[in-house]
Amino acid sequence: MSVHDSWRVDAREKVTGQARFAADLHIPGQLIGKVWRSGQTHARIVSLDATEAKKIPGVVKIMLAGDMPAHTTWSTYPFLAQGRVLYQGDAVALVAAESEEAALAALAQMEAVYEALPPVLSLDEALEESAPILHNSYPDNRVANSHWPVRKGNIREGFEQSDLVLEREYRTSHVEHAYIEPEAVVVMTDWDGSLIIYGSTQNPFNTRRAVAAATGYPLNKVRVVQQAVGGSFGGKEESVGLLAGRASVLCLATGRPVKMTYSREESVIESSKRHPFRFRYKVGAKRDGRLMALQAELVDEGGAYNFQAQFMNWRACVHAAGVYHIPNVEIDVYAVHTNHVFGGAMRGYSSPQIIFAQESLMDELAAALGLEPLALRRLNFLREGDETITGQILHEPVNAEKVTLRALDLADYERKKEAYRRQDPDTRQVGGIGFATCFRGCGLGAEAPDATGAILSVQEDGSIVVRSSLTDMGQGLQTAHAQLVARELGVSPARIVSKPVDTSLVPEGGMTVASRGTYSGGKPILQAVARIKQILLHVAAQKLECSAGELAMANDCVFRREDPSQKLSFAEVASAAFWSGHSLSVTEWFQPGPLRWERETGQGEAFPSYTYSCVVAEVSVDRLTGKATVTKLVSVHDAGRVVHAGAASGQVYGGMAMGVGMALMEGLNFERGLVTSTNFDRYLIPTAADIPEAVFEFLPSDGNSGAAGAKSLGEATVEAVPAAVANALAAAGYRLRTLPALSESLLKRERG
Amino acid sequence: MKKLITLNINGQEFDLAVSPRDLLVDVIRRKVGLTGTKKGCGQGDCGACTVLMDGRPILSCLTLAVACQGRRIQTIEGLSEGDKLHPIQESFVEHGAVQCGFCTPGMILSAKALLDRNPHPSEEEIKLGIAGNLCRCTGYKKIVESIAGAAEKMAEGEG
Repeated sequence: MSVHDSWRVDAREKVTGQARFAADLHIPGQLIGKVWRSGQTHARIVSLDATEAKKIPGVVKIMLAGDMPAHTTWSTYPFLAQGRVLYQGDAVALVAAESEEAALAALAQMEAVYEALPPVLSLDEALEESAPILHNSYPDNRVANSHWPVRKGNIREGFEQSDLVLEREYRTSHVEHAYIEPEAVVVMTDWDGSLIIYGSTQNPFNTRRAVAAATGYPLNKVRVVQQAVGGSFGGKEESVGLLAGRASVLCLATGRPVKMTYSREESVIESSKRHPFRFRYKVGAKRDGRLMALQAELVDEGGAYNFQAQFMNWRACVHAAGVYHIPNVEIDVYAVHTNHVFGGAMRGYSSPQIIFAQESLMDELAAALGLEPLALRRLNFLREGDETITGQILHEPVNAEKVTLRALDLADYERKKEAYRRQDPDTRQVGGIGFATCFRGCGLGAEAPDATGAILSVQEDGSIVVRSSLTDMGQGLQTAHAQLVARELGVSPARIVSKPVDTSLVPEGGMTVASRGTYSGGKPILQAVARIKQILLHVAAQKLECSAGELAMANDCVFRREDPSQKLSFAEVASAAFWSGHSLSVTEWFQPGPLRWERETGQGEAFPSYTYSCVVAEVSVDRLTGKATVTKLVSVHDAGRVVHAGAASGQVYGGMAMGVGMALMEGLNFERGLVTSTNFDRYLIPTAADIPEAVFEFLPSDGNSGAAGAKSLGEATVEAVPAAVANALAAAGYRLRTLPALSESLLKRERG
Repeated sequence: MKKLITLNINGQEFDLAVSPRDLLVDVIRRKVGLTGTKKGCGQGDCGACTVLMDGRPILSCLTLAVACQGRRIQTIEGLSEGDKLHPIQESFVEHGAVQCGFCTPGMILSAKALLDRNPHPSEEEIKLGIAGNLCRCTGYKKIVESIAGAAEKMAEGEG
């Protein structure tokens, strides 16, 4: 591995403890803000009384819903609930105090009277005709705008032409992001009266929007400065907006800086979760395995309020049939409200759940047809020139089969599969091997404009500042962007400082989601580099008395290609350019081409490019205890051209671990709607001791739409893992149709 | 009632007025101002608050500050010497074992405690040595490789 493969812009600061996270900030005069939560599943607020709490020494301010300038974020989620609470995390009061102790003492003295209302405790209950109505505007409990259909061909004829029809139901659970850093913000006012928010935010511009909504401030008077973010995975979006909105209101009401940090319990109770799904699939195939028809109903649990289901379910409908050619399709995706914590974005944005269901289905179909899992897939894989279920013709290289064959080869799949089939089924420890193949639409696609911006400035001493509108939350985006600049300008990374997002300094460039940080976020960077490069070469050409076309940039120098001894240092050129009045600070914007989408039929160009992945899993099950262990994972990803091998491989290993957690361990526990697993003693995530042997390979490919040929990767790394583990468990004799595959589920299951 | 105590942190003595219930992590972060020690769960499950006390790893979110009088406490800030990183820190940087960095200080201190008592650990021993430190980003692989790499570096250093 070369130096360029592992360097990282912030590694030194992070190994020395110098990196500053939001909770590490301390502003002189700051107050500590706290949220008082309902703790109710569904209830009417009869009365709230803060009289005793206000008497606690050190308590500066207590705010109830009536004291708030505004009540909800852009969606339906309230900063403070009014009249009714819809889940335990609903905030009903805010406290600002001189110390953590005083703030907590005040919370203990708050008094509330609630009248319990009938709750909706599962997505099945939400769909019952007699279900309580949670939002009057949506009497069927369906989340607004969350229905995304796909209609292709003729589903009735498709099933008529099928020799075999298989129906299956699969389910997944609430999964917690479990970033190790709980949410935190510090809010203060600037001398011009505007607000400054330092926060652990994945999407500073969304945080800014939430603060503007909570305070009534215009966007230009709200400045959000991102701190080092201790993991996010889709989680530090809405919850941080709510947190920042509440802290800002307290800051303005008290005239003092306010710091708010969530405890782990609060983080688990209020932050969004991976949407649990119920999948009902019906698939029809010819005797030889050709897929003829797929009908599917995908219902996800949106929870108490309306957050991201309306966006996420679009991605879900596009990917619902997997990476296969199916002529007749009828798919409906929609979300429902319950009195549980809300569903939101989490790494994969519905794909890990869907791939689990749909790739389990493929294995079950293969078994029913008497085919090998690979044979069924090879017969049906999408290929270049094929039409997807949304009617999109795939013009770029389609590498579903390639990544699969390579992964199976790396995993020694055929030999191991046979060996497992010959194992003695009566031994205590049994094993199995299985795989899953998938694709992932790169970036936002037709969901939203994939536009974003960046600023590149070369200083007169030859040092460089890169600012992107997109954020680094641990994945290494600042490093990847710096790498692109270093490579294009032929300079050492040490010359480059890559800054976190400050909303007052960079153009609003949308959210850092959909694995678009490099894929799309790299584009304005490359555009800016190209402009700067042109200026520098022009200046250097004048000094070296040649034409710009004769020059090259490498090793921190500009030199003549024909005679490298005729050269100038990068710093000399930068200085000369600056002192001759050239602009060395460039703002660039990437605007993607439009994509066509027809909502009623789900037909159109969903994404410009797709990442292809295959994961092979090997498992071992203790038949006595039901404990399953993933012993090995192999993955192969066609992510185009990888920009930074170190950061990319970090994504792969991290995604594998997260996938193992989702497959075997992770699911929030509730008791009458209240979360009982609010910390890491009861919500278990993989430790170093749970990690399997991990092998991966990138399959390089060209001809895609990404920056420097890079396709989306971060989310793709986790997506097929739960499905592969489920198929491996099935090969070991345990076909589970609900995740996580806990020991008790395995024990209950008759080995088939 | 506040109590006056003296804490020896990274070789430096701090005179502090603390409440008997104050946790070491809060005193280190808020009163001493060393924020490299992190608080991730508040109940000893995640390991982000790990510091070394007389060379052994402890969870500072479960430790009362008053109980640390007269002990030698080492935090992540006390590991490097000026600009010179400790071999474990160096190895984390070289192996790309850092992503979000929030678990990193605790992870490195657990690794140091491990290597101090077992300079040549097997892969299994490394995994067990950091099993109390949760990381959600890296999948642990490069962390384990870093610690193995640091063990080699430190052995060479001795030789």
